[in-house]
Amino acid sequence: MSAAPSSTPVVSHLKGLDYSVVQQCMHCGMCLPTCPTYDATKLERHSPRGRIALMRAIADDRLEPTKTFADEMYFCLGCLACMTACPAGVNYAELFEHARAEVESRQLLTSPKRTFIRGFTVKWLFMDHRRLTAVGRAMRLYQELGIQDLVRGSGVMKLFPKRLRELEAMTPKVQSQFSNELIARVTPATGAKRFTVAVLTGCAQDLIFSDVNRDTVEVLAMNGCEVHTPPDQPCCGSLHAHNGEWALAQQLARRMIDVLPPERYDAIITNAGGCGSHLKHYHKLLEGDPAYAERAALWDRKLKDIHEFLVPAGIVSPPPAEGPKVRVTYHESCHLSHGQKVVTQPRQLLNAIPGIELVELPEATWCCGSAGIYNLTQPEMAGQLLERKVKHIRSTGARVVATANPGCLLQVINGCQSAGVSVRVAHPVTLLAEAYRAEAPKAVAAVPA
Amino acid sequence: MSLSHSVIERLRSILGSDHVLTAREDLISYSFDGTAALQQLPGVVVLARSTADVVAVLKLATETKTPVVTRGSGTGLSGGSLPSADCIVLCLVKLDRILEVDAANLTLMTESGVTTIQIAEAAAAAGLFYPPDPGSMKISTIGGNVAENSGGLRGLKYGITRNYVMGLEVVLPDGEVLWTGNKCVKDVAGYSLRDLFIGSEGTLGVITRVLLKLLPKPAAKKTLVATYDQMDRAAQTVSDIIAAKIIPCTLEFLDRTTVRCVEDFAKVGLPVDCEAVLLMETDGHPAAVAEEASLMEALARRNGAIEVRVARDEAEANRLAAARRSAFSALARVAPTTILEDATVPRSELARMIRFVEGIARKYSLRIGTFGHMGDGNLHPTFLTDERNKEEMARVHHAFQEIFDEAIRLGGTITGEHGIGVAKKDFLPKFAGDASMRVMRELRRALDPQGILNPGKMFD
Repeated sequence: MSAAPSSTPVVSHLKGLDYSVVQQCMHCGMCLPTCPTYDATKLERHSPRGRIALMRAIADDRLEPTKTFADEMYFCLGCLACMTACPAGVNYAELFEHARAEVESRQLLTSPKRTFIRGFTVKWLFMDHRRLTAVGRAMRLYQELGIQDLVRGSGVMKLFPKRLRELEAMTPKVQSQFSNELIARVTPATGAKRFTVAVLTGCAQDLIFSDVNRDTVEVLAMNGCEVHTPPDQPCCGSLHAHNGEWALAQQLARRMIDVLPPERYDAIITNAGGCGSHLKHYHKLLEGDPAYAERAALWDRKLKDIHEFLVPAGIVSPPPAEGPKVRVTYHESCHLSHGQKVVTQPRQLLNAIPGIELVELPEATWCCGSAGIYNLTQPEMAGQLLERKVKHIRSTGARVVATANPGCLLQVINGCQSAGVSVRVAHPVTLLAEAYRAEAPKAVAAVPA
Repeated sequence: MSLSHSVIERLRSILGSDHVLTAREDLISYSFDGTAALQQLPGVVVLARSTADVVAVLKLATETKTPVVTRGSGTGLSGGSLPSADCIVLCLVKLDRILEVDAANLTLMTESGVTTIQIAEAAAAAGLFYPPDPGSMKISTIGGNVAENSGGLRGLKYGITRNYVMGLEVVLPDGEVLWTGNKCVKDVAGYSLRDLFIGSEGTLGVITRVLLKLLPKPAAKKTLVATYDQMDRAAQTVSDIIAAKIIPCTLEFLDRTTVRCVEDFAKVGLPVDCEAVLLMETDGHPAAVAEEASLMEALARRNGAIEVRVARDEAEANRLAAARRSAFSALARVAPTTILEDATVPRSELARMIRFVEGIARKYSLRIGTFGHMGDGNLHPTFLTDERNKEEMARVHHAFQEIFDEAIRLGGTITGEHGIGVAKKDFLPKFAGDASMRVMRELRRALDPQGILNPGKMFD
């Protein structure tokens, strides 16, 4: 059993946890059938209750945190389907974040490659929006100047390892304009003003789906909101918290509260399921910080997913649609449905669009394999899940898949494309924005190549 | 680890390394089942994928006198699949094929690692019905259901697992494969060995295949929820329904604590401001269902129900049943350790037993949530406690002792559907009596002379 490699004392996140959180799991097994990694392997270690048993064993000093434990914590998708299934109300999200933090603080998975990748992405790139934008601009040039086509056409990629080729093929299309180029800092309400809201433009979302941000702002304005989109918003920190970088997540949360003071708005709106699930728990993250704890609690109360905000406020009806209805199906972002329990509202929003026939997607709540950066770190399991998702999408006969998280959007776009399923993948809010613009919902649109 | 290295190596050569788990992280993950406050590391965990795998493992175990603890999904509530020290945990979840649905004979043949819900769904897909529906049916395996003789919410009208087992393939401890039963409704050839293995808790053989009886799917069903301000009124409603010669398929009750926990989790609109909720379901021919439902509603109202609500459609009825199935786990919302019992009494003694349990909780100053199958007298008083509080755990133990004594005194049993395992081992001799204990011991010795199957469970 390997001990911690460092001689400096390490904080045990799991031992420091309130024991009742660990003890809450009564290992009844109700989580097993909803866990994608258990379903695929049928091994208890790869199940929520198995993982919790390992965390508890560490908290109880019955197990040293090992590399096997560390690998297990990163084999978990963090999809939180187990939280929806758990009658006992175990807070798996909290356990899981502390377990990964334990892995990182004990440096259980250190390798030069991993250290470099994490150093570049989690600790550098996603800590400063300007860096991310600069990288985005570089990627945009790579794509717009035709270099990408040249590279792909030349066959030079064949010289690279298979995994790198796969990754290159997954490179998302960077938008030609970022959110601050598309959206005014303050967008007035259309008609009478009912609310003052802020919209979070996100980090990856801003680069790859800035059009979804624009659509979000338009839809909110149409529904009586004066919409503020301050520039230079930091990353929300969910990437950091989910990957064991607790201190960086706290740092980003403080910066976010500074950039978007919660007392100024009636609501702070997010359109990304994964981010929202983290953004609603700033208080837990900052409860030990007297300067921020109170505002973080206010922040949590003001933070609303776009669907969750719009549906109770009452959605202004779009003009009636002409022509036959377009069949749309809805794939649930794990962190929207399991993390935030926003389940019915996106469907209500879609049903409010006249040109749409909404059909249910079998296993709509089953993870698509995107899971933050899981599709990069665990390509095999992610690929299996994507295949399963695409099979169900195909079975619906839908022309459009709606989903409300940038990771899912990218993953499902990639999956449908490589399986040759011709569907458009879009955020529900985009479909609503198009309806307001009196555009017929596009069936098969050009998906990012 | 004192399980010898050579045994593990031989297991690897039989099953392949991928199906033999020895990492501490794996052993910890298989060191418990669904029972509170029990854990024990096994020596090794193996995953069988065929009857032949099971045969080879048992032959090796017999040769080396290594204890074997069989398990499916590990959802048991009496510690029946709790490992023993240095044992082989033989996990059957990869025996996961349904082999045949025979609509002409109304049977289903399956491997034992298939989950209960998959069996129910396969039956439903053929327009048929597999009634036993234990609380953990979404993940429990049929092999585990047979080994524990599991019950469920429909026991009152449809019986329990035993009533649906027509045949079994069992691997005996020495590796010999035994088949008992067939597709005939009538079969009186020899002892009913099938019945011997049902409920044997992994002590007599390893069940690898099960032939199940199916029924035609009832054409209609209706689900009602009645709310009461006194538990006695709910109990009286149940007595009146039975007296009116109605046998509903479900008559479940939940007390105030349980209702609150269940509603907190399931959000199915159960009224939380009441002392008892009765969940009633009738199924069968549409005309009979309509008549029985209205009679049950009238009886509930006559007994002072605050409200009687009828589920709008099948989806709502299923949500209500699923919510009820979550009761035990949902109680864990309010306490770190939930220890549940399943003392069972003849139906006529039910109200008396419920009052007794309430009195015991007061006597020992314990928090308790009670729910259960009111129609068949099977109660689930659940103590809400904390296993780290040794003094309170001692009081819990005394409370159980009294509850069991009372159940026996009223002509009931110490376990209606969870089994003896280790949780109720101490109480079995007094309940069963000397003659039964002697016969059980001799049977076990005859089938498992070396005592390698699930040692320490049920009785020594």
